[in-house]
Amino acid sequence: MDVEKKVAATPLLDELEKGDWPSFVTEIKKAAKTSKMAQGLLEQVEASYVEKTGHWKHGGIVGVKGYGGGVVGRYTDDPDRFPDAREFHTMRVNQVPGFFYTSEKLRALADIWDKYGSGLYNMHGSTGDIILLGTTTENLQPCFDALGEIDFDLGGSGGALRTLSCCCGEARCEKSCIDAMDMMYDLTMYYQNEMHRPAWPYKFKIKISGCPNDCAAASARSDMALIGTWRDAIQVNQEEVRKYVADGMNMVQVCRKCPTEALGWDEKNQTLSIKTEDCVRCMHCINVMPKALRIGKERGITVQIGGKAPVVKGAMIGWILVPFMKAEAPYTEIKDLVSRITEFWAEHGKNRERLGELVERLSLATFLEGVGLKPLPQMVSAPRANPYIFWKEEEVVKNG
Amino acid sequence: MARTDFGPPDYKTMLPPVIKRNYGKWLYHEVPQPGVLRHVSETGEELYSVRVASARLVSSEFIRDISDIAEKYCDGFLRFTTRNNVEFLVSDKAKLEPLLKELDEKDYLVGGVGLSISNIVHTQGWIHCKSAVTDASGLTKNIMDTMVDYFTGKKSVPSRCRIAVACCVNMCGACHCSDIAVVGIHRTIPRINHELASKICEIPNTIASCPTGAIRPNPKLKSVEINHEKCMMCGNCTVVCPAIKIMDPENDGVSIWVGGKVSNARSKPMFSRLAIPFIPNNPPFWPEVTDAVKHLVEVWASNARPGERMGEWIGRIGWERFFAIADLPFTDKHLDDFTHANTTFRSTTQFKY
Repeated sequence: MDVEKKVAATPLLDELEKGDWPSFVTEIKKAAKTSKMAQGLLEQVEASYVEKTGHWKHGGIVGVKGYGGGVVGRYTDDPDRFPDAREFHTMRVNQVPGFFYTSEKLRALADIWDKYGSGLYNMHGSTGDIILLGTTTENLQPCFDALGEIDFDLGGSGGALRTLSCCCGEARCEKSCIDAMDMMYDLTMYYQNEMHRPAWPYKFKIKISGCPNDCAAASARSDMALIGTWRDAIQVNQEEVRKYVADGMNMVQVCRKCPTEALGWDEKNQTLSIKTEDCVRCMHCINVMPKALRIGKERGITVQIGGKAPVVKGAMIGWILVPFMKAEAPYTEIKDLVSRITEFWAEHGKNRERLGELVERLSLATFLEGVGLKPLPQMVSAPRANPYIFWKEEEVVKNG
Repeated sequence: MARTDFGPPDYKTMLPPVIKRNYGKWLYHEVPQPGVLRHVSETGEELYSVRVASARLVSSEFIRDISDIAEKYCDGFLRFTTRNNVEFLVSDKAKLEPLLKELDEKDYLVGGVGLSISNIVHTQGWIHCKSAVTDASGLTKNIMDTMVDYFTGKKSVPSRCRIAVACCVNMCGACHCSDIAVVGIHRTIPRINHELASKICEIPNTIASCPTGAIRPNPKLKSVEINHEKCMMCGNCTVVCPAIKIMDPENDGVSIWVGGKVSNARSKPMFSRLAIPFIPNNPPFWPEVTDAVKHLVEVWASNARPGERMGEWIGRIGWERFFAIADLPFTDKHLDDFTHANTTFRSTTQFKY
């Protein structure tokens, strides 16, 4: 009875246990059965609902030995009122590529987190990590050591390479042009130092999508998006195309939606044609006829750079840097490009300046020269429309 | 010294045998019923994936429960999606129906595949973020409670509809490229605790952090000052200097954005654009927000052509028609005044009424 009396009422949050959608409040309450920290969180969030304001303080530097990141320090702004939320640090745990797990692995993780933390998780955080939500400074190191025993390492935070993420790639998608999961795993292992010891002006994100459908939202969210693509012809199985038509698919309408008029339907011969030189690999026809159309055979990646959310100079969707490059293990060409880009950025970037903002400030031409790439028409939607062209000394005749 | 720099578990040890055997060999997939994917390989083998909703913020009890289910029907193999759903990976077709039955009995929601509204990608909000203007989990719960029939396939939509919720203008989680985005915003400029600032503020860094040059030093107070006219309330300075606070419960709230997408399918990726500049924070239900999102989905669903995403539909009819059809006021707040603003101004006599 005593224990029940101590549990503060949370009438506003209780309302969110109703309704059909899974309730985060119910989840916090489940954790609160055995975790005082989870109960503390519940009480603080209830206060936020009443007062319409957050109660977390500006971060603090906490971590584990040998790393400069992977832990985000979090403290309540009112420890007298919410003593159990006094320290509520987050551990970013590098997720398995493609978010595949065995129940055995998840149980082992839960056992550790029940011992050292709140028993609450985000599966997963926006960047991709498993977010272990809420532990004390004292428990960080033992928790990390225990995680290490079941092969879970920390991800990135601060001015570092952030935890990579990818779609499920060839593991379970017929559209994947690359082995996205292997690429993520290989790059993650290769860049452990860059991920765990922040040494850059700001965050740097690499995300990998197996095809231009971009299920990992790589182009919108990563400084460097690696997107699977091909550059030969789409593979067509006319027999299967005819089956789609027989099943009621309106092929004229499908062709009309092709953005470059590369698709054609010969009604008389019941044949689909694709002008490969006009195809921009938008995935439309492959998406609607997965049994009939397949990605091409000459596969690789398109590299886009500069994608980011608004802070500070506005949101950007990544720009084309490399239209096509091969992407086979051990991904040497990609690693070489990452090094050239991050070195240029580390040298020229200002504090809290993302790569896209740096390129915009210095100019794309300057950046290309810095990383040793030649300008290509695929990089732009149109060439310059103003006459203010920069010329180098060696490009003009010296006079006087 | 503890073991360091060993990276995540090797994905190869996390894959069901059917995936290992058919890795890179998948031919096509179909959706035999809402929430279920059937992938077929060139070897003739098939894999059923059953997708269920999750709150994203979950407990150890939840982790153990989905582990129990995976062990019973999937030899222990499961995965999560980029939109925070859980997928049970069924390699034995005979176990599909019993799995669906148990999920139904346990009130798991099966859905979120194909022409549906899948789970909302959202941020931490008041649960764990220091810059949260609103609660992303609460908004997500309320919006999905009203959208649940679109998740489970009882109601269908013309195309995918990606909804995102971000608790501040940092827009974590691809809000800037979502069909519908709910974003927490401030409407009043930050306040400075000069006494604290004089002790802990890194003044040059704080000045440099402002994208509009609104911050200048105040040498008298050993602090900084903010120019009201230049400040756009991005909150960047509050990250750099703890003596600057921007939270304002009376004036903070949320905004709604539409028409963004990430995929290159058919049309190019697009930014989400402002539809509704401000709705007050109204926990625990945020009824004005859920009504607005429901309205936007219904307007799109009843006007768009099959296969047309929100942004593709608006692109076809034009923003001027969108504001008319959606019955939303167009105000001075909708006019861009930041970097690239002039790319949004109309330079043609072609427009509609």
